Amino acid sequence: MSDVALEIKNLYKTYKDGAVKALNGVDLTIYKGEIFGLLGPNGAGKSTLINVLTTLANKTSGDIVINGLDFEKFPSEAKTYLGVVPQEFNFNWFEKVEDIVIQQAGFYGMPAGEAKERAEILLKRLGLWDKRDTVSMKLSGGMKRRLMIVRALIHKPEILILDEPSAGVDVDLRREMWEFVRELNQEGVTIILTTHYLEEAENLCDRVGIINKGNILEVGTVKELLSELKKDTLVLDVVGAVKNLPERYRVIEEGRLETDLLQGEDLYTITNELHSKGLRVTGIRNKTNRLEEVFINKVSQ
Amino acid sequence: MKAPVFTPLYTIIHKELIRIIRIWPQTLLPSVITTSLYFLIFGSFVGSQIRDIEGISYMQFIVPGLVMMAIITNSFMNVVGSFFGAKFGKSIEELLVSPTPNWVIVWGYVVGGIIRGLGVGVLVLIVALAFTKLEVMNIWAVLLFSILTATVFSLGGLLNAIFAKKFDHTAIVPTFVLTPLTYLGGVFYSVNALPEFWQNISKANPILYMVNGFRYGFFGVSDVSIQVSVVMLVMLVLVLSITDIVLLRRGVGLRS
Repeated sequence: MSDVALEIKNLYKTYKDGAVKALNGVDLTIYKGEIFGLLGPNGAGKSTLINVLTTLANKTSGDIVINGLDFEKFPSEAKTYLGVVPQEFNFNWFEKVEDIVIQQAGFYGMPAGEAKERAEILLKRLGLWDKRDTVSMKLSGGMKRRLMIVRALIHKPEILILDEPSAGVDVDLRREMWEFVRELNQEGVTIILTTHYLEEAENLCDRVGIINKGNILEVGTVKELLSELKKDTLVLDVVGAVKNLPERYRVIEEGRLETDLLQGEDLYTITNELHSKGLRVTGIRNKTNRLEEVFINKVSQ
Repeated sequence: MKAPVFTPLYTIIHKELIRIIRIWPQTLLPSVITTSLYFLIFGSFVGSQIRDIEGISYMQFIVPGLVMMAIITNSFMNVVGSFFGAKFGKSIEELLVSPTPNWVIVWGYVVGGIIRGLGVGVLVLIVALAFTKLEVMNIWAVLLFSILTATVFSLGGLLNAIFAKKFDHTAIVPTFVLTPLTYLGGVFYSVNALPEFWQNISKANPILYMVNGFRYGFFGVSDVSIQVSVVMLVMLVLVLSITDIVLLRRGVGLRS
């Protein structure tokens, strides 16, 4: 059996009779069991790609194969492998939480008894069981987001697609969601998420693809992408009188310096050099998120 | 692996049924009140001044037409309201991303429309019995014409909802097409009473055949051929079904 969960070949999506190219020949392979992050600025084509994958948008040309099934020939069968958490809330605001989840199971052909049992498990797991009889419009933003995840998981999908899962959620919920995504992945679910939070991609994803203007610019592990950085800009907190420092050090403010650590250079060189100038280094951190630097380099090319 | 059919179909119908019951003051009550007023004003007050039509009292004559009017309006409005509401609120995406086949989506919503249309029709009929006596001459004609008419207008409601881009668009067809055709479809009069020219014009109105077929079930009289009426309704069901399914498959009004 193939280890490929999703294969996209030469996928195009154009609007306005070809005048706007939202996807411009996308080729992408996602493997079973991985967490894949699709990074891109607003309007890069992330959501269009997700919409085409979930049939909410019609592709212009190209092929999509899900778990070995050609999406065009076997759309219904291929859809059973997918669970989708869209960016915007798209459930009926007048229906109760449990009804929304059980109905979704019904759309996937799951019998009511089994759907009820599974809904209970998932609603409890995501802390919504006490809200099962609440009309969905009365839920908080975080609860609505969790309801969308429960709904996407009700039919036991092998591939979960999360479109900007942490957009508009607070820090606590974002961390909780990351933890939950990791747990799901450990249970064997392949995760595809789009994000423009680079921290999210760096923390969560096994591999990352950078997309811009409908083109996939780079795909690789976070480590591979970071290795493209020729230097890291570091911010150093120092104690002592700052004077007669070599040119590589830039003073930001009192007690705080900035310097570039070149690829392959030892951090000890810097701390040792500063120590020799009478300075004690009390803190070191990256000036910017390292993946962010790679991302900005790629999309600005 | 086969696409699921029965469970999704049942789920959509159940969802529609719950919706009809949940908002019953909007779905069940208005037609009952409106037709009660029709019976009171046109049947009792005005009708008592009008002579019998083909041996049937005026009050009895208008009952099938008013029941049919309720069926037409409610089956159409149920599907257009529910489907466009789901489209507007994006909850239709729940269905579109699922493996539910397009024809199941169409028929799930259509059965919902039929249930409401027939349900309101029965309520109106019960109200009518408070005003006059009714006997059914041919129950099969009553059932056939009511079910086929509800099906046609449910399919029509879906077609309207597929193309509608805003809520205003869901009111255009009922206001400018359905209401005039219904009033001119022999609900309140026999087309035989019209001059020949207007009789011929009236025969281009499909609602005339529905009303007369239904009336035939009660009184055994009709202004038009029953066979022609049945064939026309079956053809409309087929054409509208295929149109709705093809539009849904292409994603018209739903997929970008």
